[in-house]
Amino acid sequence: MLPIIFVLPLLQLVILSNAATFEVKNIKFAYIDNDRSSSSRALIEKFEASTYFNVLSNFPSEALASSAMLKGEVDVVLEIPSHFERNLQKEKRANLGITINAIDGAAAGVENVYVTQIIQSYNKHIKTDLMQISDAQIKPVNIDTIPLFWYNETLNYKTYMVPGILVLLVTMITLFLAGMNIVREKEIGTLEQINVTPIKKSQFIIGKLFPFWIIGMGLLTIGLLLARLIFDVPMVGSLLLMYGYTSIYILVILGMGLFISNFTDTQQQAMFIAWFFMVIFILMSGLFTPIESMPEWAQILTEFNPIKYFVEVMRMVMLKGSGLMDILPQLIKTIVYALIMNGLAVWSYKKTS
Amino acid sequence: MNNTNVIQAEGLTKMFGDFTAVNAITFEVKKGEIFGFLGANGAGKTTAIKMLIGISNPTSGQAHVAGFDVSTQAEDIKKNIGYMSQKFALYDDLTVKENITFFGGIYGLTKIKIKEKTKELIEDLGLEEVANQLVGSLPLGWKQKISFSVALLHEPKIVFLDEPTGGVDPITRRQFWEMIYRASHQGTTIFVTTHYMDEAEYCDRVSIMVNGKIEALDTPKELKKQFQVDSMNDVFLKLARG
Repeated sequence: MLPIIFVLPLLQLVILSNAATFEVKNIKFAYIDNDRSSSSRALIEKFEASTYFNVLSNFPSEALASSAMLKGEVDVVLEIPSHFERNLQKEKRANLGITINAIDGAAAGVENVYVTQIIQSYNKHIKTDLMQISDAQIKPVNIDTIPLFWYNETLNYKTYMVPGILVLLVTMITLFLAGMNIVREKEIGTLEQINVTPIKKSQFIIGKLFPFWIIGMGLLTIGLLLARLIFDVPMVGSLLLMYGYTSIYILVILGMGLFISNFTDTQQQAMFIAWFFMVIFILMSGLFTPIESMPEWAQILTEFNPIKYFVEVMRMVMLKGSGLMDILPQLIKTIVYALIMNGLAVWSYKKTS
Repeated sequence: MNNTNVIQAEGLTKMFGDFTAVNAITFEVKKGEIFGFLGANGAGKTTAIKMLIGISNPTSGQAHVAGFDVSTQAEDIKKNIGYMSQKFALYDDLTVKENITFFGGIYGLTKIKIKEKTKELIEDLGLEEVANQLVGSLPLGWKQKISFSVALLHEPKIVFLDEPTGGVDPITRRQFWEMIYRASHQGTTIFVTTHYMDEAEYCDRVSIMVNGKIEALDTPKELKKQFQVDSMNDVFLKLARG
């Protein structure tokens, strides 16, 4: 059991941290060039030059392009109207049609930004060209060119994801271990033997907490080592603070697990309930989707999500080097949460039925 | 309450919804006796035991075990009793020694005492070779003997045995009853349930439970006389058939 507890989550850490990235690459790009001019050619070359786009083909008609998108063969279709070059030169403006497959909304958003950037840069280039033709004496005005890229290419996603995934692994393992534990003893009958002893309820719960707490801290340690050695994640903040916070956080999760375990009669029931909370906690943790963009009622719910606090604290301490005062709100909420959950765990453990 | 009565039940009742598992049973068990608690499957023996050992609250009626009330002083009762359930309930994934250390610890025995007890128990049961083996890997007969010894670890006043010899061979059963007698000689009160009527003959007094009620309670000898039969088996059949 012990190797399973340690090896599987760490494999997950290595795999997920490499795979779970928001970067959108290898975008399948097609175009319909109705103009066939040097300008349209130049625009397409811009896309070909980008490392994010795989320029697939030139579709002769819009209908063919739509059917290719329906089949999932292309993600983005650029339609260049006829007279594109003529309009650009005469009217100094032209329209382009962009169709993006938005089955995956997040990816579509990113793709839209990429496309816009490329067209903008092409635009600037054209402007320069046009100015040189029409008004050779006037040098192009040096327009402010600080790009407002919301997507920062140099941002290393692993740095961002590794602490978050580590949080998930520590949480999942400890929640499931604790959640299965007491109910398993109910199933095999050893709990009855414990119940006829004079053991105090709090002693019993502390006895259950302790080994899992050690396992959780062990997981954190190995996970942090991997983060440092394999992913080269910076650890700006205090390790002591990270361990201190985690030691309390794990108690929240263990208390919750034991509470679930006390309330259920079979391991299946416990598993379902643990999963129910796990999925909600993960998806509402701010790890994959920003909490700020959730509806208000959901934002209120996230206040009860311990994973949210852990993700925040890990990122703050590890990446920003936040100190005790910075994480104090999260720390206090976590301590209160730990007291409540473990109180419930003790309360829900019934020696007499 | 009579000082010589270590268990005293009055109208003890347990209901699950509309079903009355134990129906107002009244009896007492004297200090130092081997009390046989007989009954067919589903007669309510285990439910009655669970009330006496303080892990199930009675619906009505009352009972005192070792001088404490089962409804209000269950934790005090637990310090004074040992219990062996019909289902083997030591930790399969701990060794014999570890189980002894663990339960000794829960009952608050000192380290020295635990060491002493471990040595004594392993020698008595001849478990030297398997002392460091996982309990789960041992044969049932051995497991039952270990469970019984663990139930006696903290030298309880009363020990409750719920079908301790279910599924074990006749030789082991005989050895088991020798252990029971030894404990009884040392002053422990034994409360034992069984299906084997030959075992009922070994008891000082027996009660026979039918459909949640105690239908007969006396010494095996008196019961046989009362029902005019030769064996406890016949007593049981007469009662259980109604």
